Amino acid sequence: MTRLEVKDLSVGFGDVIVQRQISFKVAAGSIFAIMGGSGCGKSTVLKAMIGLLRPSLGSIHVDEEDYWAASDERRAEIGRGFGILFQSGALWNSMTVAENIAFPLKMLTPLDDDAIAALVRVKLLLVGLGSVGESMPADLSGGMRKRAALARALALDPDILFFDEPSAGLDPVTARRLDDLIQELRDGFGTTVVMVSHELPSLLGICDDGIFLDAETKTAIAHGAPRVLRDECTHPAVHAFMNRERMPGDPGGLHGHH
Amino acid sequence: MTVTSQGRGWSATVENASAVIVLSGDWIARKGGVEPEAASHVLATGARTLSFNADRLGRWDSALIAFLSSLRDGGMVFDEAGLPVTARQMLALASGSSASPVPPQARSIPERVGYWALSIRDEAGEVAALVGTACLRGGAVLRGHSSMRGRDLLEHLSNAGIAALPIVTVVNILVGGILAFVGAVQLRRFGADVYVASMVGVAVVREMAALMTAIIMAGRTGGAYAATLATMQGNEEIDALRAFGIPMFDVLILPRIVALTAMMPILYLYGCLVGILGGFVVAVLTLDVSPLSYVAEIRAAVSGGQFILGLSKSVVFGLLIALVGCRVGLRAGRGAVAVGQAATAAVVAGIVGIIVLDAVFAICARALGV
Repeated sequence: MTRLEVKDLSVGFGDVIVQRQISFKVAAGSIFAIMGGSGCGKSTVLKAMIGLLRPSLGSIHVDEEDYWAASDERRAEIGRGFGILFQSGALWNSMTVAENIAFPLKMLTPLDDDAIAALVRVKLLLVGLGSVGESMPADLSGGMRKRAALARALALDPDILFFDEPSAGLDPVTARRLDDLIQELRDGFGTTVVMVSHELPSLLGICDDGIFLDAETKTAIAHGAPRVLRDECTHPAVHAFMNRERMPGDPGGLHGHH
Repeated sequence: MTVTSQGRGWSATVENASAVIVLSGDWIARKGGVEPEAASHVLATGARTLSFNADRLGRWDSALIAFLSSLRDGGMVFDEAGLPVTARQMLALASGSSASPVPPQARSIPERVGYWALSIRDEAGEVAALVGTACLRGGAVLRGHSSMRGRDLLEHLSNAGIAALPIVTVVNILVGGILAFVGAVQLRRFGADVYVASMVGVAVVREMAALMTAIIMAGRTGGAYAATLATMQGNEEIDALRAFGIPMFDVLILPRIVALTAMMPILYLYGCLVGILGGFVVAVLTLDVSPLSYVAEIRAAVSGGQFILGLSKSVVFGLLIALVGCRVGLRAGRGAVAVGQAATAAVVAGIVGIIVLDAVFAICARALGV
């Protein structure tokens, strides 16, 4: 079953096109990677998918419903099925961790305070932060803040989880633990996961499918599971990226002076 | 003996202290599928072991895990064999070890007073260091030995000068006009209308122009300094300067202090001019005072000494506002809330400081007979 379908999507800011003519499908319950080098527009494509940036052209279908053609109210309703983990975590710094998770539940569901408290507790337990509910985000370490932000992304039990560079800024062990957690949550709740990343270990470790965006041609140059792309893709840019090699003809060094 | 208990989506049958919980229907948190007391109902049946039957369980999410997790924490023998595999996985995940931060230690009242006193001492030291550095680096600027960038200084001069003119104009004209009105009511009773001019002149030049301009600048410029520096602190921009070994004081603080201290006397003179003008308009339009006699009266009443008093006040006020704004911004915490707090603290401390200093100036002026 297809949970998300992107058709001929072009995104940009004003006259500047960041990516164009992108099409892909995300199967329900899969972990889908949006890959590519720094500055290729991965996060911009993600912004269009989560409703923060209207696409210049093309469409995004969520469960076969055209997301951007829907009314603002309907789009907000569809968006309640999304959970988003921002790159910086984006926790609300004036609230405790527990309040961060409770806030969407309070605003968007008819649940009473006791029910919300029970859900907040289980979400914190799921991400391994059972005892930090009353802490302020500023008092947590980077890895704990990421997990707290993940607990908040899980607040409404989303059908689709979006991750923007989930392991950016984390040490390899913490990053690996976060990857495992993403996979376990997908396995347990059957959540579909879309993840923007350029971290090879995460891509190769947990992603079932993906798309590779290129900064130069401003479009997708490869589709498929990261492991398959690493072993089989012959496109030089994809091959170099997935195998952490220099591009053919690149003398090395950021300016090529060597 | 058989006891049954049930709620939405579950029913428990208890026999010989072992309970079988039958789960049914959908457990979706968003749609109200959470019953916080359910677990305590089951625990109240007195069962010692728990097992499950999930044959009729529909769709579920964290609502089910919340229910199971609170049952498991009730301290019974917990047989999860009857649960779906994925639910067992989630339940296992929810029981993993939890990382915990160091809990903040509670402090007794004497301890708190002690810490407060120490923090005051530290703060006083920091402020003294800031004033000292400002003097030293200010001297370096005069000798042309600072690494302050001309572009920064020009930008701050324009922000604290030209950009402030409109609001300084409006406030000082109105204050001059108000003084004339208030004076007129009293002076008319003695037939001394013409002295309105001396009253407006002396009040504006000695007190109001310097005071009002300083309060405006504390609100718009002092607050902005604190907010900008606090934001830079939050973005680690100041750390980045420090890490490079770039003299943060010369780049960020000095141009602000120099700009505001240099601009305040000019704004003060301008404030005097428009304040006297405001009084002039009111006096000429509503009282029997001719334009010529107003000007003559002003020239007779306002002495050079009063101008010097006002000018020196405005220089000190400018220095104070800039120092307070920068100090508050630099010591701000990280995050959006800290920026707001820093801006508020800078404005409040700036205005209180201005008024206290003004009182000190009044006492000194009296002693010196100005």
